[in-house]
Amino acid sequence: MERERRLDVDGHGEKELIGRVAPAGPDMIQGLARRAFVGTSANGEYKSRLWLTESTFRKILYLSGISAIVLLFAILISLSVSSMPAIKQIGLAFLVRSVWDPVTGEFGSLPFLVGTLLTSLIALLIAVVFSLAVSIFLGEYYRRGPTSSFIKGIVELLAGIPSVIYGFWGLAFFVPAVRFVEMRIHVAPYGVGILTASLILSIMIIPYAASLGREVISLVPADLKEAALSLGATRFEVIKKVVLPYARSGILAGVLLSLGRALGETMAVTMVIGNSNMLPKSIFAPANTMASIIANEFTEATGKVYLASLVEIALVLFVVTAIINIVGKVIIIKMAVER
Amino acid sequence: MKRFVVVLFTLIAASGLASASFGEQQEIIGAGATFPFPLYSKMFDIYSREYGVKVNYQAIGSGGGIRQLINKTVDFGASDVVMGEADMKAAGAPIIHVPVCAGAVVVTYNLPGSSDVRLTPDVIADIYLGKIVKWSDPRIASANQGMAIPDLPLTVIHRSDGSGTTFIFSDYLSKVSKGWQEKVGRGTALNWPTGLGAKGNPGVAGLVKQTPGSVGYVELIYALQNKMAYSSVRNRSGMFVKPSIASTIAAMNTGLSSDMRVTLTDTEAAEGYPLSGFTWVLAYREQAYQGHTEAKARELVRLIRWMTHEGQKYAEPMQYAPLARDAVAKAEALVRSVTYNGKGLL
Amino acid sequence: MRQRSVQERILFDRLFKGLVITLSFVIILPMFFILYFIIRNGIGVVNWSFLVSLPKPMGEAGGGISNALVGTVILILIASVISIPFGILTGIYLSEYKKGRFPYLSRLSLEILQGIPSIVIGIIAYVWIVVPMGSFSALSGGIALAIMMLPVIVMATEETLKLIPDSLKEASLALGVPYPRTILKVVLPAGLSGIVTGIILGIARIAGETAPLLFTAFGSPFMSTNIFKPVSSLPLLVFNYATSPYPEWHALAWGACFVLIVFVLFLNLIAKVVISRWKVQF
Repeated sequence: MERERRLDVDGHGEKELIGRVAPAGPDMIQGLARRAFVGTSANGEYKSRLWLTESTFRKILYLSGISAIVLLFAILISLSVSSMPAIKQIGLAFLVRSVWDPVTGEFGSLPFLVGTLLTSLIALLIAVVFSLAVSIFLGEYYRRGPTSSFIKGIVELLAGIPSVIYGFWGLAFFVPAVRFVEMRIHVAPYGVGILTASLILSIMIIPYAASLGREVISLVPADLKEAALSLGATRFEVIKKVVLPYARSGILAGVLLSLGRALGETMAVTMVIGNSNMLPKSIFAPANTMASIIANEFTEATGKVYLASLVEIALVLFVVTAIINIVGKVIIIKMAVER
Repeated sequence: MKRFVVVLFTLIAASGLASASFGEQQEIIGAGATFPFPLYSKMFDIYSREYGVKVNYQAIGSGGGIRQLINKTVDFGASDVVMGEADMKAAGAPIIHVPVCAGAVVVTYNLPGSSDVRLTPDVIADIYLGKIVKWSDPRIASANQGMAIPDLPLTVIHRSDGSGTTFIFSDYLSKVSKGWQEKVGRGTALNWPTGLGAKGNPGVAGLVKQTPGSVGYVELIYALQNKMAYSSVRNRSGMFVKPSIASTIAAMNTGLSSDMRVTLTDTEAAEGYPLSGFTWVLAYREQAYQGHTEAKARELVRLIRWMTHEGQKYAEPMQYAPLARDAVAKAEALVRSVTYNGKGLL
Repeated sequence: MRQRSVQERILFDRLFKGLVITLSFVIILPMFFILYFIIRNGIGVVNWSFLVSLPKPMGEAGGGISNALVGTVILILIASVISIPFGILTGIYLSEYKKGRFPYLSRLSLEILQGIPSIVIGIIAYVWIVVPMGSFSALSGGIALAIMMLPVIVMATEETLKLIPDSLKEASLALGVPYPRTILKVVLPAGLSGIVTGIILGIARIAGETAPLLFTAFGSPFMSTNIFKPVSSLPLLVFNYATSPYPEWHALAWGACFVLIVFVLFLNLIAKVVISRWKVQF
């Protein structure tokens, strides 16, 4: 009695066929015995070469297991300790002051919070439309077949392209294009800025919401959909009234995942955002995000408070992305429980 | 599988340790200014071919060079700005500033069809303060009678990283514009009132090159290498001076102190270019510190000495002003003052 | 509410399907453009000398990416050596202990670790390794990349091992095989294909990372195999050259992009082949 086994290998949320299970038989047991024991003692019995006791091994496993927790806390503590000089000197005002002036020693991170928020939200708005479309495409209309594999492949490719390559391509293609548009509408022809960064960011985060969305949509029970169809609903109405509400939390979790990725994206953004430390006045203005200011100024921050301020920005980034990840996870767990 | 992993790990660890202990192939690590990077790049390439010593120089900006030297993560720093009080204190030990050459910070711009734009100090300051926003502004026109300047919006471009070039530029502006002095001041990383930031001299050059109507400040060689236009600036004596080796050398002929920590901006020299500046190599005077062997210190001192003597011949072809004889003598004295555990190294 | 006629509803249905299909195919455009740019600009640059020579000083033509290639390989090796053993052990732990507070916290920590922006990890590696060591090094870069690779390997291991039926493990234990040996020599080999896939995907992920290397590996214009010294890498090279104004360096950057993308795509392809051909065998 064979059964199929499926595994989610690429972390995108979908499980692929990887094997079939057959029950253990006498041959297998013999093979096991041969592999597990080696050597014979003087009287011809099998003897095991025990170099590791069970309790030691279990202890090693346990230590390894909690090492992830330890690592996480170590990161949190390191970041906090290193940003102490800034926290002590500036306090909470750090988050609302908008002057970032290394000369006078005033550090306010508001411009970067705003820059991060603007780019991430605009990118998310654009990306969600496409992610939702792709999720429905792959989860409802084309679940199998060549078209399905093709679009799935494209989405995976988009996720796999390194960030610098997006940035370089952005410099070579998007920036002149945006500059062209800006000259037409008589705005300062920077080419770089919040808009450009948001556009590139949106392309980069589409795969994350799309994969998760696709999985939850394809898991909507067929009988629910068929019931609606048998009542005379069109496919669109089924999607609108049955599938999407059912998959709501999964889609939300996917959106959160995309958001988390957008917040922390560094290289592509640094290359096209214009690197200005002032509060951006429009979406065509140059700006900086929390990640890009660190990339720009970390290696040369002279002065304890300067460096500590940058680490404090990293701390904020860490906390915010951690919270978003936890919330997303909670939603997924609740979703599994409800089902 | 496990054995394979163990063997692999041992191999890597062994290779790392081996190459770490066997005289290190003498690699000297430096970091800092992008201002002299084209010249240093050439110099170190030649030095490694002639003496077999590799110099790994990363142009991360003067601020970065100073920081890394304070952290002792590099053997020498390079900067176009003299270290300030706070930084000297943070370093904890005296750091010598050895001048290598002087360069000119030029105001480069992207104006299709125009070259030889002339700018006065107050105009430059107001452009960077955001008060002048169009090329058609009457103040620009008055200094450039008879030249047809396209009516493009002015896009200001500055450095996004900690830069000695920025220091030279802002030092000059602080001297010639009270408004600038009060609002922004001088430093390697400023609170720019307007404009886009780009990383390094190459970044600024690249952005100006691509953006019509933009203006930026870069070292002369970057404008030349990229065939970009740059302006003449009116100096203290009232002359519009075009940046060049000659005008930079003229600016260098002022009284030089023995520790060579001087700025050349707004020079009194009649034909000097007002936006000139030295660039220095920074190193600890006492080289016996953590991780620093005597062999490494000796190589470092030899390198710096070479840069101020034999290496000088590479400066002019790259449009940097070589050190005048007086400056070379002072540099030599500084190099000789470097010690290892109190003992001179040369 | 006005009743919509059947024809209207069918129309909406068709329109919607058309919209979904259009939007889904629109995302092919950026993919196409990116690949087009890389291939058109990069393929002319990549030749044998490009792959084996060092970069030239600023502004001079020619040169290559050999040190970046070697550097990337070294960083991947260091990261793998650190994260694979740790990752597999943690994966075993999580698959053996399904309930309990610590496994739960461990899983949560790994999820959070996976979501940390790579630049923050770069800062951590700087504080933990570069500063105490007194210099930038390939080791610090490798450790930063190892932290990023760890969650991928753990999750792949855990998922694979969870699928292997307990009967295999129990049969082995019943035969008197000691527990450590059961896990390491019986269960683990059975799930090897999934674990290998996880490793390959982890490598694909870190091969293109730049941010954590900015202040750890630092970059170097020379060839270096010493793990205690700075080292260059393909993504670092692309970043530095792309933001310069020199067309010669831009050309090198496109070539490096080409090599990098071919590498990443190749790894993804191998992972797919591994999944489909090498089934989990028990």
